[in-house]
Amino acid sequence: MVNWTTYPSLVPLLAVLISLAAVPLIILSARRPNLREFWTIAAGVGKLALVLSLLPPLLEHRVAVLNLGEIVPGVQLAFKADALGVFFALIASFLWILTSFYSIGYVRGLKEHKQTRYFAYFAVCLSSTIGIAFSANLATFIIFYEILTIATYPLVIHKETEEAIKAGRKYLAYTLTAGVFLIAAATWTYLLVGKLDFIPGGLLKNTPFEPKTAVILFSLFLFGVGVKAAIMPLHSWLPTAMAAPTPVSALLHAVAVVKSGVFGVIRIGEFVFGPQLLRRYHLDYLLLTTAGVTIIIASFLALKEDNLKRRLAYSTVAHLSYIVMGVGLISSPALLGSLLHLAFHATMKITLFFCAGAIYVHLHKEKVSELDGIGQVMPWTMGAFTVGSIGLVGLPPVNGWLSKWCLGWGSVVAERPFFLVILVLSGLLNAAYFFPIVYRAFFRRNKNKKTGEASPFMVVPLVLTAGLSILFGLFPDIGFKLFKIATDVGILIFGRLQ
Amino acid sequence: MMPSNTIPWPPLIYLFAGIFIPLAALKWRRLAGWLALVATAAAAFFSVVNLLRALDQGVISYRFGGWIPPIGIEYILDPLSGFVTTVINLIALGVLFHAHRSVEAEIRESRWPPYYALVMLFLTGANGIIMTGDFFNLYVFLEIGSLSLYGLIAVGEKKSPVAAFRYLVMGTVGGGFYLLGVGFLYLVTGSLNMGDVRNILFHLPVTPPLIVALTLMLIGLGIKMAVFPLHGWLPDAYTYAPSPTSAIMAPIGTKIGAYSIARIFFFIFGLKLITQVTPIAQVLAWLSAIGIIYGSILAMAQNEIKRMLAYSSVAQVGYIGLGLGLANSFGFIGALLHIMNHGLMKACLFLVAGNFRLRLGHSRIDRLDDSLRRSMPWSTAAFTLAALAMIGVPPTVGFFSKWYLALGAIEKKNWLFLMVILISSLLNAVYFFRVIERMYFRPVNSRQTSENLSETTSAEAREVGPWLLLPTLIFALALVVIGFLNVWIVKTILTKALPAVF
Amino acid sequence: MTSFILGHYAYWFILLLLVIGLYGLIMKRNLVKKVIGMSIFQVAIILFFIASSTKWEATVPVLSGHQETIQTAAYINPLPHTLMLTAIVVGVATSGVAFALIILIYRRYRTLNEAELLKRMAEDDAE
Repeated sequence: MVNWTTYPSLVPLLAVLISLAAVPLIILSARRPNLREFWTIAAGVGKLALVLSLLPPLLEHRVAVLNLGEIVPGVQLAFKADALGVFFALIASFLWILTSFYSIGYVRGLKEHKQTRYFAYFAVCLSSTIGIAFSANLATFIIFYEILTIATYPLVIHKETEEAIKAGRKYLAYTLTAGVFLIAAATWTYLLVGKLDFIPGGLLKNTPFEPKTAVILFSLFLFGVGVKAAIMPLHSWLPTAMAAPTPVSALLHAVAVVKSGVFGVIRIGEFVFGPQLLRRYHLDYLLLTTAGVTIIIASFLALKEDNLKRRLAYSTVAHLSYIVMGVGLISSPALLGSLLHLAFHATMKITLFFCAGAIYVHLHKEKVSELDGIGQVMPWTMGAFTVGSIGLVGLPPVNGWLSKWCLGWGSVVAERPFFLVILVLSGLLNAAYFFPIVYRAFFRRNKNKKTGEASPFMVVPLVLTAGLSILFGLFPDIGFKLFKIATDVGILIFGRLQ
Repeated sequence: MMPSNTIPWPPLIYLFAGIFIPLAALKWRRLAGWLALVATAAAAFFSVVNLLRALDQGVISYRFGGWIPPIGIEYILDPLSGFVTTVINLIALGVLFHAHRSVEAEIRESRWPPYYALVMLFLTGANGIIMTGDFFNLYVFLEIGSLSLYGLIAVGEKKSPVAAFRYLVMGTVGGGFYLLGVGFLYLVTGSLNMGDVRNILFHLPVTPPLIVALTLMLIGLGIKMAVFPLHGWLPDAYTYAPSPTSAIMAPIGTKIGAYSIARIFFFIFGLKLITQVTPIAQVLAWLSAIGIIYGSILAMAQNEIKRMLAYSSVAQVGYIGLGLGLANSFGFIGALLHIMNHGLMKACLFLVAGNFRLRLGHSRIDRLDDSLRRSMPWSTAAFTLAALAMIGVPPTVGFFSKWYLALGAIEKKNWLFLMVILISSLLNAVYFFRVIERMYFRPVNSRQTSENLSETTSAEAREVGPWLLLPTLIFALALVVIGFLNVWIVKTILTKALPAVF
Repeated sequence: MTSFILGHYAYWFILLLLVIGLYGLIMKRNLVKKVIGMSIFQVAIILFFIASSTKWEATVPVLSGHQETIQTAAYINPLPHTLMLTAIVVGVATSGVAFALIILIYRRYRTLNEAELLKRMAEDDAE
């Protein structure tokens, strides 16, 4: 057992606030786009630097904490940059920088309206995502979770078309309902134990429960975080929200928002209920069933979807449930797989979204059936797309295989080989809905007259994320020590890595 | 060094201002608004002083004219009354600041002095109701406040006298029922002093007249509070009253009824009498729960911002009633907090509605369009923030009311009430986002309805001046700041304001 | 039971007045008649207070001479009477405001009939 110590530090708060501080600067420099984008990039780099500065102490098992006083009686507004939080914050803040560059290319390429609003709300979203990552208790978590809900809304309806506004309504209907359930669950928990802190192994571990109460409370929680995690049948906002501009889909609907949901599932599963409680009241069945069903159904839905972004969205739904399944398997390799998939799915899916956006900006094509021969026009983009596809199918050397491997290992350790079958099946389905795109792109006749790639602002980030996907697949510990942190979380919860 | 007899000053300041304003303004009409503002500032200051004293010394009784209770009339200053007076006087200060310009715009100059005098009398009534420790005195203040309100409503648009008349009829019935209840109570106890009645009731068996008294008082005060189904007067009154009147009566008017119910039923009659002997608390909670849903649903159907806000008030008053009806400490704290929070939110929203009326000449939802966000950015932003607070998005105040009410409902194991509290915030989201969507995203060119209207189109409107904007923004800001301060308020004030039974 | 009914005969009349007042308030279409109903309602409440303070064989509460002990049973309770002075004032004020509103309504809509009034208000909306 490793001893974790804490030290007070302002860094978690600063990491949250830095992009919020950029918002007024972004708004004030609305007339000077270059300066405005400079603020976004500067905030992104600053944020990553702050999160990175938490990394060395963390590797020595020292955790930054910050207590800002009570927000409701008995519950503090507190930040705690523990291993899980830093893990998530690293991914989000790193990908934000790439997305910012990409966004610049995207909005300028399309001459989008209201770019200032777009960048401002993007910054707010990132602030709340980091807030979610560093929340030390449920109340703080809920505050940032709800702010994220509201701050994403202007991005979803950014195009202000009838369709976008409808998507915004649907998005709000789903996420606000979820927030309400989360509040109900949190207040109930507070009455049960008198505090709301996230404790490794479970806040409620020693609370006596009636089985029925445990199931209802867990369902409330699952509903609360499950909407953002797009567990079926709560997923349908996600394909609709693809009405948003592509960088929004890329970062928010593949990384920040949905990953906040699954991050919430991990927090609830491992830090509020804890593995023992999940097993005792058979709550893991609930997680596993929903996750398993979601993986299969979403994959089939992706298969028959012709709109590229919506196909990616259904694929996201399926892959998010991998992570949920990892929590439900209750074993440390499975949790390791979950965390790795949280990170790796982000790099792969963001690559695919970037590609979809680049195609849309450059050739104005949104449908899979229109992509014939596109690989000859945009070889770099489609090359990156291929890398992402290979990763999501789960083939080495792209990083997806590693997380899937861990999940499979976990299901064997947990003696639930059935889920190994699901993993394999879903891998095949992934191949079935991704490889035809690759095939079309490279081996069908090109009918496009336009040649060349989209703007380098867009192509460089997507090649970078594709490269990262391969790099992480070969050396998972490189750079951010993601593998090490994820293992630490597993050890923290389960005591050892089986 | 403060004089020690500041306890009755807030109502007295208003009363004398109400008398003095028409006299002083005989010569200078512009003075009326300034005098009202100064009086409100003074009253707000002294209510803060009172609150600090109450927090320091606990319950203080002030004997009017030196007569000893139960013969003389007594004013009670405790953390509860101190808190509520502070809240309503500070809100009134902000609203009157705003009214300075909106009265100029909406009301004829010759009516300014009587208008401000009536505002002062309304606030006299409100403060008196909160401070008094005497059942009959409460009735008198109730009528003073109500009578001035009728006048304040009737100076509005064409339909306003009808709304005022309807309110007058219902208000008088409400006052009558309350008075009748006081009569029965007097028959049973032989006293009108609240503290005295509490002591006497402690020894008395429960008799039918007592239950009749309780019921009549609940109905009477329920009408004033606009608990469902006694809310009939409210929508018209809020809609047709001039903007400054709506802005001052929406945050304060119904809260007085809510406060009286809290004071009389929880402090005087006691928990046993209203939960075990008679199901008064339960009835209040159930009616409020129905009112929350009913008000929210009707708010969705409205096409006029002020009317939508009025139905939303019916729902929000339901929160307060529900919190009280839960009859536990979380619910009570939630209700008290919501008295303040809803006051702030509604004040902000009605001020924005007033700003729209001033600049656009209307506040109809179907005529708003997205040029508003450019022409009146601050007002729309304030509206959005207040709307988010109404929905209960953290860290705004609305979230914390919801938090305590949810705790109260769970502690009572009443899942239905929990559902109502939570669902209503979704319903709030539906009707507020309807407006927000129009203000921000509805393109200008799709307006076919208003080709002939003389109204200013949204595109031509400008942002209101600083006199109107500043209070609006202060309220909006307070929604967030007080959200963060909620723990402090609950810990230092509200936990001391709880009745001893919790 | 009989004694309860007979013994409270004054209150039954008051109850009747109360009901008549409420009936007028709610059912009558004419606004002035509504105000009349309202006044009856208020008078009933006033009578209720007065009736509650009566005692048989008691007199006005004015002390005569210098009695050592005060026989409370010999005097009518003066408090409800004084309270009702205030209530009467409130009632008069309410009626006054009500009539002022009625005049205002009549000036604007040229009718005192509620049904007619609602119709004209609806016409206003249509315009």
